[in-house]
Amino acid sequence: MSCCAPGAEDLAVAGPSLPSDEEVRFAARDLGNGTSQIELSVPAVHCAACIQTVEHTLRLLPGVEAARVNLSTRRVTVRWRGAALPPLVGTLAGLGYVPNLFDDSQAGRDGTLTELIRAVAISGFAAGNIMLLSVSVWSGAEGATRDLFHWVSALIALPALIFAGRIYYRSAWGALRYGRMNMDVPIAIGITCAYALSLYETINSGPHAYFDAAVTLLFFLLIGRTLDHVMRNKARAAVLGLARLAPRGALVIGPDGSRDYRPLGEIEPGMRLLVAAGERIPVDARVVKGASDLDCSLVTGESAPQAIAPGAVVRAGTLNLTGPLTLEAQSRATDSFLAEMMRMMEAAEGGRARYRRIADRVSQLYSPVVHLTAFLTFLGWMLATGDWHRAITIAIAVLIITCPCALGLAVPIVQVMAARRLFENGIMVRDGSAMERLAEADIAVFDKTGTLTLGQPRLTNTNEIEPALLAVVAALAAHSRHPLSQAIAVHDGGGGPVFERIVEIPGYGIEAEAGGVVWRLGRAQWAGSAGEGTVLARAGEVVARLSFEDRIRRDAREALGEVEAHVGPVEMLSGDGEAACTNVAVRTGIGRVSAQLLPTDKVARIEELAAAGHKVLMVGDGLNDAPALGAAHVSMAPATAADIGRNAADFVFLRESLSAVPTAVDVARKAGRLIRQNLFLAIVYNFFAVPVAILGYVTPLIAAVAMSTSSIIVIANALRLSSAPNRREDEVSAATGVPAEEAR
Amino acid sequence: MSMLLYLVPVALFLGGAALLAFLWALRAGQYDDLDGAAERILLDEEKRGDSAR
Repeated sequence: MSCCAPGAEDLAVAGPSLPSDEEVRFAARDLGNGTSQIELSVPAVHCAACIQTVEHTLRLLPGVEAARVNLSTRRVTVRWRGAALPPLVGTLAGLGYVPNLFDDSQAGRDGTLTELIRAVAISGFAAGNIMLLSVSVWSGAEGATRDLFHWVSALIALPALIFAGRIYYRSAWGALRYGRMNMDVPIAIGITCAYALSLYETINSGPHAYFDAAVTLLFFLLIGRTLDHVMRNKARAAVLGLARLAPRGALVIGPDGSRDYRPLGEIEPGMRLLVAAGERIPVDARVVKGASDLDCSLVTGESAPQAIAPGAVVRAGTLNLTGPLTLEAQSRATDSFLAEMMRMMEAAEGGRARYRRIADRVSQLYSPVVHLTAFLTFLGWMLATGDWHRAITIAIAVLIITCPCALGLAVPIVQVMAARRLFENGIMVRDGSAMERLAEADIAVFDKTGTLTLGQPRLTNTNEIEPALLAVVAALAAHSRHPLSQAIAVHDGGGGPVFERIVEIPGYGIEAEAGGVVWRLGRAQWAGSAGEGTVLARAGEVVARLSFEDRIRRDAREALGEVEAHVGPVEMLSGDGEAACTNVAVRTGIGRVSAQLLPTDKVARIEELAAAGHKVLMVGDGLNDAPALGAAHVSMAPATAADIGRNAADFVFLRESLSAVPTAVDVARKAGRLIRQNLFLAIVYNFFAVPVAILGYVTPLIAAVAMSTSSIIVIANALRLSSAPNRREDEVSAATGVPAEEAR
Repeated sequence: MSMLLYLVPVALFLGGAALLAFLWALRAGQYDDLDGAAERILLDEEKRGDSAR
């Protein structure tokens, strides 16, 4: 139908992470009058045809009153009437747009953005009108006309200063109160002085008023600030919209056998829980009934699924693969493994808390120098002429001309361009400070399962298996959701026999009967032979052995080579066994490997590196990596990472290829270079402008021209980042890649 | 110079009207989905009760 609806293969992969109807009902908001509303994230939506398909199909569902897609946030809002929940999730998944629920805490309208846009509008209006009046003054309006124009300008500038300027006043006050300095302090002082001086001049029919300078400055700075905010929001919305991996609640079995879906916070130790195949374990628990296989890759880093039987203890966050389980909760959600990792992560918060932004460091030096210069200018003119009015006028002119318009734009505008470049490459960046920190990284640490590899097994010895048997085993495997089975089922060409009876025995394998012959696919010991591994048996006799390996991410070797060349040494820290780690290390070319690490060991290693003076870049995805992600100087996570890892990481990359890591480093370094150039340009500007101001030659016209020119130069320099040579490549991947892969 | 007495207010009024219109549009949610608005012009108006496309 359309270019973009992902096929059924993607569905099979995303299958286990579909939100259940209970979860959707929890997330829905009651609007009164029997109508309810839910907002679902649909990352796969990305063109007009998608909008139409989704809205049209949802509106046809019984009870649905309205469905509206927001393409910017990739969300759909559905309103329906009546108590029954329309089959929203199933319908959307059936169309190929796998929906996710997202955290409501950060949802809703963005108040800051609205305030910023409003401030831009008001300061833009004021700047335009005042500039019009100022040009007439510069062109020679005199006497009463000039005074009239000044008065009108003062009237327009006042609300602009109060409304648009309060963003800067608030920020400057916040910094000063804690004894810190930021770029907003000189800006706030500059615009206030400019307004006060101009008002004084206006009252006394003076010739020079700087209303235009003050308001234009605000306008430019607000544009930069708004763009920065929009870009960051876009990235955050994309990360928020990814599938939630932690469950929101669990099906509790009461003592009388009743089943009740309860949110996570209400689950107490001792409660009996039912976890279906394909769901994640909500809290640390003990298995009471049932057998299954457990995918622990996100929790411990082990790539091979584990078989579990009654009595086993399971950890929150692991994925139940094959059979339903009845569990007895052993701890509350706040005491479970997940919460423990979160506490460790907060405790480990290292590099990023100590890091000080470039802009803050510059303003720390800049403000005192500028304010001292203005003060000395005042003293100098006072001593030289004794005319205090003239001395103050010139001192304030110094403040106005040094008001850091270019400096205030120098950093954010580059970071907006860089974030856009990264966004086009499927990389989301949390904030500007992350980019500055990434540019500093000099050692890279990778997790194995899910980061270097995809956490998806691949059948490696297809050439050793007879084609006829391969057809049987593939047809058989197609009936199971076990990851190994799905890896085999990929080879299903439709040539297999027709099975009369198929049973999946959780924890062991699949048994099927075709034409009187019993086939078994599963664990070696169960299927009828000694030893380990996965085998196919015909009537109790092993006919084929299957071997698997974890699939390595695309371009992993090349990407790691680039990281090694441009960043520094590469290390692998994994919770998985020695053999699996060495195998991946050999195939990706990593020299230094540490296996079987606990989360604390990973943090310890990173702190050891940091103590040795290194700036560590940590790339990881699991719950067990979260503390390490927090401890590192800068961190990255793939979109498939556990929720807390994804939220903790500075960068999240949505595509499969590991080349995201060198790309991000490259863009961050280029951005760093441009920022330094911009700061240099801004300082050069001051170098020329300040002497002119100190000598008292600055008029409002000179101030306006000088400030605008410096801002435009800085912006033009930042734009160079977007016209990089690999532009065409970006466009191609932007048109094909992001959403389909986000859907995973 | 007397024309200034009405030209300046007229200019300010026009500018102010545009500002108010923008603020109204912002409040009415017209800037909530800029990407979607760009794509939606490609869609046909859906007729009531017409399920075929």
